[in-house]
Amino acid sequence: MPTLTSQGLTELKLKANDVRQGIIRSLLSAGSGHSAGPLDMSDVFAALYGHLIRHDPKDPQWPDRDRLLLSCGHIAPVRYSAMANFGYFPVEELLTLRKFGTRLQGHPERVRLPGVETTSGPLGEGLAQGVGMAYGAKLDAKQFRVWVVTSDAEHQCGLHWEAVLTGAKFHLDNLTAIVDRNFIQIDGSTEDVMPLEPLAEKYRSFNWEVFECDGNDIAQFVETAERATAVKDKPQVIIANTVPGKGVSFMEGDYTWHGKPPNAQQAEEALSELAQARQGIAAHE
Amino acid sequence: MHLLDYRAGDLKQVPTRNGFGEGLIEAGTLDRNVLGICADLSESTRFEGFKKAHPDQYIEIGVSEQLLVAMAGGLASVGKIPWIASYAMFNPGRSWEQVRTIMALNETNVKIAGAHAGVSVGPDGATHQAIEDIAIMRVIPHMTVVVPCDSVQTKKATLALSARWGPAYLRFGREKSAVFTTDETPFEIGKAQIFREGSDVAIVACGILVYNALLAADALSRNDGIECRVVNNHTVKPMDEAAIVDAAERCGTIVTVEEHQKHAGMGSRVAEILAQRRPVPIEFVGVEDTFGQSGDPVELIEYYGMGVSAIEEAARRAYARKSK
Repeated sequence: MPTLTSQGLTELKLKANDVRQGIIRSLLSAGSGHSAGPLDMSDVFAALYGHLIRHDPKDPQWPDRDRLLLSCGHIAPVRYSAMANFGYFPVEELLTLRKFGTRLQGHPERVRLPGVETTSGPLGEGLAQGVGMAYGAKLDAKQFRVWVVTSDAEHQCGLHWEAVLTGAKFHLDNLTAIVDRNFIQIDGSTEDVMPLEPLAEKYRSFNWEVFECDGNDIAQFVETAERATAVKDKPQVIIANTVPGKGVSFMEGDYTWHGKPPNAQQAEEALSELAQARQGIAAHE
Repeated sequence: MHLLDYRAGDLKQVPTRNGFGEGLIEAGTLDRNVLGICADLSESTRFEGFKKAHPDQYIEIGVSEQLLVAMAGGLASVGKIPWIASYAMFNPGRSWEQVRTIMALNETNVKIAGAHAGVSVGPDGATHQAIEDIAIMRVIPHMTVVVPCDSVQTKKATLALSARWGPAYLRFGREKSAVFTTDETPFEIGKAQIFREGSDVAIVACGILVYNALLAADALSRNDGIECRVVNNHTVKPMDEAAIVDAAERCGTIVTVEEHQKHAGMGSRVAEILAQRRPVPIEFVGVEDTFGQSGDPVELIEYYGMGVSAIEEAARRAYARKSK
């Protein structure tokens, strides 16, 4: 992948802001859905679609594309908004989120929306499918990489760890997992509900190469992902520390925003804050 | 139908799982994208031959049945044709939600081989006797469900499902059972087969109990003068509705036979079809809402009411109800 220039970085920041605005608009239109996770993963998704993954929005079935899996399907609004903002479909379609007949189902479905790599929502299943894709790529000597975005709470699922074992057994260095480490889940803090720490040590002991970074710092995330994807012989995990609700101050760090959308007034506040932030990014450049 | 004489006492006894093993080796030669993924049961699911013949197409993942389905889904989505095998109790028993989401809703070309199905697993006992698997698989949209009647047909079904796109479940057993079909016996997914003609009662069966159904039909003809049509209803989904309706019209009454709970199994599907299209009296042979236990396979089949005499009795009841 090419080096990220400072101009490129600014563009990614602007995209992340666009992605966040798309999330707020689509959630408002839907009247249900998850806010905190999509917002906190906007920087990661902007970096992935805008710089890190090999893909072609005009040819979503391109056989040699990188596979980007979203294991935690409930944060679909960030994927949809990123796809729209990177040219997969018109941004207006975001307003159909969760509505009858939409391609943007409440939890993403591969068969309905080209570019979605797998149907997800039931937690803990994405990495296992990523293991299969990465294994298949090796069998056919294909060069594509498999990226799997996971939530931290789905590390409470047994199947996820079956996949971690398997990725290590088969030395799948073409597999990169990203953990949205925002420490929240529906019922509260992950460390209260079912402690995951020390998460990095767990992965290390399962023979994965572990990286940690600030998941809301695009430059840092890109630099970390570049180091991760250079690793040979082992799968890699990037623990991306994020602030739930990032970018909307009244949502930041509040777990109650995990599973609900903003109302009209809250959406207006959020959008005005994001518009202001966007001006800041542009002015800085 | 090119059947062997099932009345002869000298039929070869071969487990249906052997047919799966043989079919898979051939499928793997015909198409290198055919894979075998094993969850620590290579000998008993009959993966061993495939492993030897196609080591590059064989993947061992240990005791992880949910992963079995999910990893296979990933492999299928990059063009592979994975067969995943475990005991039916664990796959699809343990992995049902993954089967529904990753195989069916996600439309991936994954094939499940459900081994050791039914009470005829024998001594392992109830924990290992899948008698609910047809129910949980036939209810899933897009799924194909096939329950072949002997090892020769299991081989044909393995090859046919490998060559046909779509998520599928192939159910077979552990114990040796009579081989009465031949290489010449036709087999087509979704096409029920009339193995014996008769117009008094239609016995619609699947799996190794088709053999018992044939023996029962023979005895009924000899002793009671009741002539049974015996239908090998190997494809539970999509079921051959025309064949079921035709059997009801011709015979006026039906007996269904399966090594499964009576609730929600193959027979229930037959009843769903006939209730709408051609209501006739139906008797069900299967397990009556209970679990199995350890024992000799033949003993268990008898105890749980699926032996030859139980089928005969069901046919007599059906015949009597029709005549009322």
